[in-house]
Amino acid sequence: MSASVQALSRQAGLGPSLRRIRALVMRHAFLLLKSWPRIVSMAYYPTVTMVLWAFVTLYLAPSNSFLRDAPGFFIGAVLLWDVLFRGQLGVSLTFVEEMYSRNLGNLFVSPLRLHELIAGQLAMSVMRTVIGVGGACVFAWLLFRYSIFSMGLPLVAFFTCLLAFGWSIGLAVSAMLLRFGLGAEELAWAAIFLVAPVSGVYYPIDVLPGALQTIAYALPPAYVFEGMRAVLLHGTFRADYLIDAAVLDLVFIGLGALLFAAAVHSARVRGTLLQMGE
Amino acid sequence: MLNGLRLHSGRAAQPAPNDSAISVRRLHKRYAKVDALRSVSFDVRAGTTTALLGGNGAGKTTTLSMLLGVLLPTGGTIHVLGCDVLRERHRVLPRMNFTSPYVDLPKRLTVRENLRVFADLYGVYDPRERIAELAARFDLAALLKRPYGELSAGQRTRVSLAKALLNHPEVLLLDEPTASLDPDIADRMRTYLEDYQRSTGCTMLLASHNMGEVERMCADVIMLRAGIVVDQGAPAELIERYGRQTMEEVFLDIARGATADSDAAELAS
Repeated sequence: MSASVQALSRQAGLGPSLRRIRALVMRHAFLLLKSWPRIVSMAYYPTVTMVLWAFVTLYLAPSNSFLRDAPGFFIGAVLLWDVLFRGQLGVSLTFVEEMYSRNLGNLFVSPLRLHELIAGQLAMSVMRTVIGVGGACVFAWLLFRYSIFSMGLPLVAFFTCLLAFGWSIGLAVSAMLLRFGLGAEELAWAAIFLVAPVSGVYYPIDVLPGALQTIAYALPPAYVFEGMRAVLLHGTFRADYLIDAAVLDLVFIGLGALLFAAAVHSARVRGTLLQMGE
Repeated sequence: MLNGLRLHSGRAAQPAPNDSAISVRRLHKRYAKVDALRSVSFDVRAGTTTALLGGNGAGKTTTLSMLLGVLLPTGGTIHVLGCDVLRERHRVLPRMNFTSPYVDLPKRLTVRENLRVFADLYGVYDPRERIAELAARFDLAALLKRPYGELSAGQRTRVSLAKALLNHPEVLLLDEPTASLDPDIADRMRTYLEDYQRSTGCTMLLASHNMGEVERMCADVIMLRAGIVVDQGAPAELIERYGRQTMEEVFLDIARGATADSDAAELAS
């Protein structure tokens, strides 16, 4: 046994921490990239939904002044909604995968720390979102000559805010999975739709009843989609919306991380980490 | 006389001896209305192998889980390599490892991918070299490109053991390490673990139902029943104390509630 392999790098500090996060990302990337059906399935749903709304636009645009002014409205909305959805799924499904593999025990007895596990989930979420929504964006250009990048720099802000809110929901779903087991797996797919009606994806928030408007403005997506409408319909970028969304995102990510940490603590009290699986 | 093992079940907390790699004091775990572990204390001498024995539900997995920090005790303290596991487990986890047939590796990753991921998680300096070394040692070279999920139970056990040795652990917790292995491979595993311990001074805590393995590998034995340490000592001492021929017979006696005194009396009559 050589001295070089006996030597272990230091375990504390940023370098080792980044290496552990990379290991977690590598674990999921190995899985993802070797399976083309998985990659196709990630882009499939966003693409089909985008195509559906594109045809709705083509059908309604001749008789609708709103759509004549902003023909890319529905396509842009559906693609941004998918950023939120994929962002959340990326976090939750990464965790579901560990549960299916009965690998949580190995991870939690390794030097991997909780914040590194979360960072790995978030990194996978970015990868899944880029693959899923990116595929739909390519088809939007190829089939309808619509480029989501026509929104310009505000798109980056919208993308980031929606992704961040998706992360917070994903962390909360991961906490539920840890608490209730894979019986709660449906939450991973369905949780985000709870906020869909108050997100203002396809309609402005002011069409909602008063109470629902209050709820809507307590969540970041309302600001993002209102901001998107301002860009598409009036050509203006509302920085105030962006700031509100970003502040709320920080609050919700904090809450999601706290909930996840509490679920891990509870699992350590109940002794379920080594048994978690199918 | 105990041979290297110091055990103080139910007594007041005592300081750990300096040569203890694992020191457990008054460890208690209560689930709802059930006490899974009751005031268990023991020390495991550095560089030795100790067996944690007991029937199903005796508290072996509970103890191992708490040593790894994935289960929080209701009371008590645990020190591994001088670190308080309950307060600073991430300081000691890089120096430990664990294997259990009840914890899988990702099935769709190949053996090499799995070992690579865990080598990085544990901060192994040269993962390629270490994986090649372990593959040669555990006869895994031909399996490195195969998905873990396609392996037989015995092959999986070998991969899990290789994973547990990736980081040259100073403390190794082994939960039924040779379960599912044929006698030949199981013997090679034990020989490797013995060699590894001789060359590195690793401390091992072994939960096993294979009494032959315990007699061969373990300097000390801790016997658990219903969450309590009911006896302890070197295998030869226990065999003598219970007036039996093998550890298997001792295990049956203890698991069924006999004590050394009652057995000795029975033997005398």
